[in-house]
Amino acid sequence: MDIIKTTKLTKNYGKARGIIDLDLTVKQGEFFGFIGPNGAGKSTTIRTLLGLISPTAGSAEIFGKDIAKEKEVILQRVGYLPSEAIFYRGMKVKDILKLSADLRKKDCTAEAKSLCDHLQLDTARKIDELSFGNRKKVGIVCALQHNPELLVLDEPTSGLDPLMQKEFFEILRERNKQGTTIFLSSHILSEIQRNCTHAAIIRSGKIIACDSVEELAKTSTKRVNVHGTVNLDALGGVRDIERTDDSVSFLYNGDMSALLNTLSAGKVNDLTVSEPDLEEVFMHYYEKEDLTK
Amino acid sequence: MTLVKHELKQSKLSFLIWTLSIGFMIALCVFLYPEMSSQMEDVTDIFASMGSFTAAFGMDRLNFGTLIGFYAVECGNILGLGGAFYAAFCAVAVLSKEEKEKTAEFLLTHPVSRKRIVTEKLISVIILITAMNVIVYALAVGSFAAIDETVPMKEMNLLHIAYYLMQIEIAGICFGISAFVRKGNIGIGLGMATILYFLNLVANITESAEFLKYITPFGYCEAADIMADGNLDKTLIGIGMAVTVCGIARAYIKYTKKDIQ
Repeated sequence: MDIIKTTKLTKNYGKARGIIDLDLTVKQGEFFGFIGPNGAGKSTTIRTLLGLISPTAGSAEIFGKDIAKEKEVILQRVGYLPSEAIFYRGMKVKDILKLSADLRKKDCTAEAKSLCDHLQLDTARKIDELSFGNRKKVGIVCALQHNPELLVLDEPTSGLDPLMQKEFFEILRERNKQGTTIFLSSHILSEIQRNCTHAAIIRSGKIIACDSVEELAKTSTKRVNVHGTVNLDALGGVRDIERTDDSVSFLYNGDMSALLNTLSAGKVNDLTVSEPDLEEVFMHYYEKEDLTK
Repeated sequence: MTLVKHELKQSKLSFLIWTLSIGFMIALCVFLYPEMSSQMEDVTDIFASMGSFTAAFGMDRLNFGTLIGFYAVECGNILGLGGAFYAAFCAVAVLSKEEKEKTAEFLLTHPVSRKRIVTEKLISVIILITAMNVIVYALAVGSFAAIDETVPMKEMNLLHIAYYLMQIEIAGICFGISAFVRKGNIGIGLGMATILYFLNLVANITESAEFLKYITPFGYCEAADIMADGNLDKTLIGIGMAVTVCGIARAYIKYTKKDIQ
């Protein structure tokens, strides 16, 4: 079953920003990564899906329901963690959690307590006294305490220390195992590669790649490390060359026999050909787009 | 009604400050009355001979020598202006503050429709204004009793009803504005209340500007007219309530479609 499905979803702000003809499908139970640099349209997509802004064109469905027509029904089953967790000033943490639960007409006391214990969050403190990271924890509890079927996370780890990040992702993986679909927006690629099963890459408001993380990393591009001396001048499809005295490393996406011929013409002491990591793939997608522009 | 409760809790402090300030200032002025009443005849003469200034505050037509005349003038200024400011202050920020304080993202990603948010916020504004008026009214009547004066209840009630309706109208207009603005909203509300107040003063001074009474809600709060007629001007109030409904309707139309930043 499709949990999120957008069809030619477009949001124009009048300027160049926004999203254009976005087609995105997230299936039930997926841990879905949404990758892109700042300003690519990640937050715009999320804000449109959650009904904070309305699309200029196209449509989107969550749980098979139209986001405009059945917004409240959808939101009842969604947990959202914004990148900047801001709450009403002067309120205590427990009052915020209670307000959030009341707005959902649900008693979440037990789950809230367990989450607060996990994250070491003191609920008697006032929001105003909390650091950025601790406010983020309040956001996490608000997003999780009602056991949503879909979790939407917008750059969730900013402000959390590494230990908390670890704790947080453990909770997420646990939830994912129990069947919660997770939509994680981030620009931290290692985070996506470590946790997500599927991912989409967005650039200037358009999806430029969408597949399983494994497949995304497994492009025809290889990382080639050569110890020895080879002459690469005649070889096409070579990028990102790094040379030291007796070695050369590069990304290659050309014809394999051409590479082998070039290598055999030189002097090779050692050779490794490996899959590039997601970061390199990401750069690859972005550079490709730059060339076509 | 979760939001109404939340909204009232958030507004507790400002409500107490405004209500008690207005209430105690009115009570204080009432307490000054016995002291002043002995000298009132001279005062009335002085006040009656200040030309346009006299007309502006309706003092040419009110008998400053009687308690209700005295009360009408000072109440007109304290509850009139103070109440209008409070109504504007409450209503103009109630929707827009969510975006200004960046709490909109929290509130609007909960399963609550925009219509419900507008409705509950409107209810909370009406509760705040009503409670303020009831408390101020009680304090005023109490202070009359404290100085052993009997209150002409009819005039007193008409006066307070007029002020209440005026505040509701200003709140309605400001509520409409609140759906549109994102920042610097309090200034817009207070500025508007001030302008409407001065429009009424101008209408009182020059006959050629009488038409302004149809624009400003202070027009139907004019104590001198209420005392003279023994009734409220239903035409002006009708116009006022129509404006109120328009303001509220505007808020619904805008806020249910608004892109939240």
